[in-house]
Amino acid sequence: MLRIHSIDTFGTHDGPGIRLVVFTQGCQFRCVYCHNPDTQDLETSAMKLLSVEQILAILRKGKSYYGADGGLTVSGGEPTLQAAELIELFTACKQHNVHTCLDTCGAIFDQTVQQLYDLTDIVLLDVKHIDPIWHQRLTKASNENVLKNAAYREQTGGAMWLRYVLVPGWTDQEEHLHAWARYFQAYRSVTRVELIPYHELGVYKYRSLGRPYALEGVSPPTLAAITQAATIFRNYLGDKVVVV
Amino acid sequence: MIVTTMFVMKRQFQNGKWEHEINTRDFIAQNITPYDGDASFLVGPTEATKKLWEQARTLLATETKRGGVLDIDIQIIPSITSHQPGYLDKHLEKIVGFQTDAPLKRAIKPYGGVRVVEQACAENGYALDEKVIEIFTKYRKSHNDGVFDAYTKTMRQLRSSGILTGLPDNYARGRIIGDYRRVALYGIDRLIEAKQADKDLLDGVMTDEVIRLREEVSEQIRALSEMKVMAASYGFDIARPAETAQEAIQWTWLGFLAALKEQDGAAMSLGNVSSFFDIYLERDLAAGVLDEAGAQELVDHFIMKCRMIRHLRMNAYNELFAGDPTWITEAVGGFFANGQHKITKTSFRFLQSLYNLGPSPEPNLTILWSSKLPAGFKEFCAKVSIDTSSLQYENDELMREVSACDDYCIACCVSMMETGKEMQFFGARCNLAKALLMALNEGKDENSGEIIVPGIERLTDGPISYEDFQVRFEKTIAYLAKAYVNTMDVIHYMHDKYYYERAQMALMDTHVKRNMAFGIAGLSVVADSISAIKYAKVTPIRDEQGLTKEFQVEGDYPLYGNDDDRVDSIATELVKKFNAELGKQHIYRNATPTLSVLTITSNVVYGKKTGATPDGRKAGEAFAPGANPMHGRDHSGAIASLNSVAKIDYRDARDGVSNTFSIVPKTLGENKATQVKNLLAMLDGYFEQKAHHLNVNVLNRETLEDAMQHPELYPQLTIRVSGYAVNFVKLSKAHQQEVIARTFHQSM
Repeated sequence: MLRIHSIDTFGTHDGPGIRLVVFTQGCQFRCVYCHNPDTQDLETSAMKLLSVEQILAILRKGKSYYGADGGLTVSGGEPTLQAAELIELFTACKQHNVHTCLDTCGAIFDQTVQQLYDLTDIVLLDVKHIDPIWHQRLTKASNENVLKNAAYREQTGGAMWLRYVLVPGWTDQEEHLHAWARYFQAYRSVTRVELIPYHELGVYKYRSLGRPYALEGVSPPTLAAITQAATIFRNYLGDKVVVV
Repeated sequence: MIVTTMFVMKRQFQNGKWEHEINTRDFIAQNITPYDGDASFLVGPTEATKKLWEQARTLLATETKRGGVLDIDIQIIPSITSHQPGYLDKHLEKIVGFQTDAPLKRAIKPYGGVRVVEQACAENGYALDEKVIEIFTKYRKSHNDGVFDAYTKTMRQLRSSGILTGLPDNYARGRIIGDYRRVALYGIDRLIEAKQADKDLLDGVMTDEVIRLREEVSEQIRALSEMKVMAASYGFDIARPAETAQEAIQWTWLGFLAALKEQDGAAMSLGNVSSFFDIYLERDLAAGVLDEAGAQELVDHFIMKCRMIRHLRMNAYNELFAGDPTWITEAVGGFFANGQHKITKTSFRFLQSLYNLGPSPEPNLTILWSSKLPAGFKEFCAKVSIDTSSLQYENDELMREVSACDDYCIACCVSMMETGKEMQFFGARCNLAKALLMALNEGKDENSGEIIVPGIERLTDGPISYEDFQVRFEKTIAYLAKAYVNTMDVIHYMHDKYYYERAQMALMDTHVKRNMAFGIAGLSVVADSISAIKYAKVTPIRDEQGLTKEFQVEGDYPLYGNDDDRVDSIATELVKKFNAELGKQHIYRNATPTLSVLTITSNVVYGKKTGATPDGRKAGEAFAPGANPMHGRDHSGAIASLNSVAKIDYRDARDGVSNTFSIVPKTLGENKATQVKNLLAMLDGYFEQKAHHLNVNVLNRETLEDAMQHPELYPQLTIRVSGYAVNFVKLSKAHQQEVIARTFHQSM
């Protein structure tokens, strides 16, 4: 059984086309800007337990909408915490010709996760910071495994989209933006890079959870700041870079 | 540029059955030039169009400033020939003709009911002419008078309790579409000849039916003759067929205008004229007497005319049908039975008018959708939807399959009818949420305590037993269906008698197929309420009279709109059941009963009249529109919501299953190209499941909130409601709030 936070039957932001997006429950990272803090705990009373068969049934119901481009995205939370169950799900998707995306922060690097990557059509990897110290500060965890996962994907040849959230004061340091983009310049697996300006839509969730919000007072980046970051990224990664 | 046709050799039309009989469909099938390309050939407005539209906009702004009505002609009792010609700017208008002698000036239509007209005048600061009042009180009876003469006590009760609301007993029924193309294709003289021949055949035993039809056809012939006179006042001889594209469009408009001058039916829709116009436009383009700018100009000027159609309405009517709609519905697209699509360049040109003149609710552009339509057209539709929120979509494959016809139009919002061959008796709707409360209240109205449905036993105290409820509810539904049919019979008998639509009927076959269109409101409220009774524990809280005031609900239950068969089947079964009950009754003029799940904007009024329901909806709260899930309860994403509605079988609701879908642009995709692609995938996905209708709004809620604050900045902001579109700023505050409260599919 998979621990599921929620399901969106009409996702258009996590992978190509229209997708069923399954948000799993639980994450090791504690990103300061996390907009779904209610997905962080490994278990909650509100979460649902769904079998692979149940998820496949939901997918079948939406099949006529997902068309040739769309499909299934598993997001979170951090889906690779439940990699073994997802292997079963993605294997079934392969059999039924359903396109799959895995939206991951790359926190876990092991053989099970690698097996899952191999079954995934597009890995959506969040590389939240290139600098280990900043990454630690930002997520309360190291980026070592994240980069190892990226390297694994590059070696094994499947497609990968990279994602980067631009947060003023946290992830917008010029030298690190250069370093980040330079790091992935030669990656052939990377087909798209999404630069995501930080937004405040998740703030209310902290209030309702009664938790302090680390980015209190931080505003979304200005258009100029977004353009500047995008320009830096494009120096290395060209038109793969999109601001979303 | 238009050159006189005398010197130009024009292509002959393809021969066919249409030459020997009145058969517009055959003419189109033989002569259409299907277009498989994209929108790149389209052009912007001409200078004349821009100038003309600017003048129109000024008038429209004045109309808004004056509270919604620019002017009323309080004196002239209208007929096809009653008014002098009216112009916006005679030198610029390529297509001419208004309902009265000036644009936006509304005519009185006392044949429907003189008190109605008197009140509408008064509400707008006018006093209806004394003479008119005298004529229609002393000498001439109206539709409204006739209906109330014949109404039974039960019918009055049903009406005043609000279980049957919005009935066309104090406004004209509409929903009849003449085949206005016939005027252009055949000219009036040929049409009169055909009608005369039909009349001659109505002979033999003089039954009521034969006598009535003979009188009606005589009236139709009279209307046709008057159309010629009216056209002549604008300088046209429509006795003969149209020769040029300009004439074809003008002739068609004059036929439509004749109907609009005499009638003020709630929805007087246009039909499916675009690809008919295209045949003439193509011919003129090929002959070199017209270029693309000229072709688009003719379309734009015709569209402007459609946007300036006006009827005089009472405030009570506006509460039902908000935003001053006229439902000039034009059906674009679809396929012929042989698999040939009906997309032409003029299908594109009609949509292009939304760019050239800006978004608008009218004409109510309805795309007859199939996943097999040419890609270029599909993409253009999606783009127009995203840019203007002015389009609605209906499932062409489904409608052709169920009706076995391929030349059809849409009346009002979603009602299909074969062009020139089929009409309907419109009948508003039955409030099913109120019916549910009557089943829980011994057949009494939950507000007044008056017994409306006799013979409903009292429920035992404590939680409601699903089985006990079911017995009572089925009995209630059966009683109401019967009473509803009886009421409608009275209304339409009197409408035919006192306010017969001779101009529209003149442009239809003499022997038309008649449908009687019933409706239901509150489907999602009832489905969720029954789900609560079935799957959770529902205990009514009653007042001292024993009437339900609130409900205590313990436990979880599935909600309609989440693709959950446990509750979706409650909704689908209810539609089936009600439709089956209607089918048991005798109906006026042997009409076929059809059912719609469509509320237009009356979901607000129906909600206002309905007490608290077991689904947690509070007393007075608006219902969801049409077949939509209740606001905010479809929490599993857009597809689950669409899937729930798609389960309602169109065969059980042949008058249409309306779904209004609102999505935030960003949720549809991050850029225009992705949004177009995703909207197309969504439409194909929805209709593949045999869903019937979808309104598409691509808007941010903030835009609407801002428009409420600053209406002057959003004169053309258009939003799809239930089966039609409105200028958002013309809605009442209550309607605006209801629209804003709806589910806007949005992802984090």
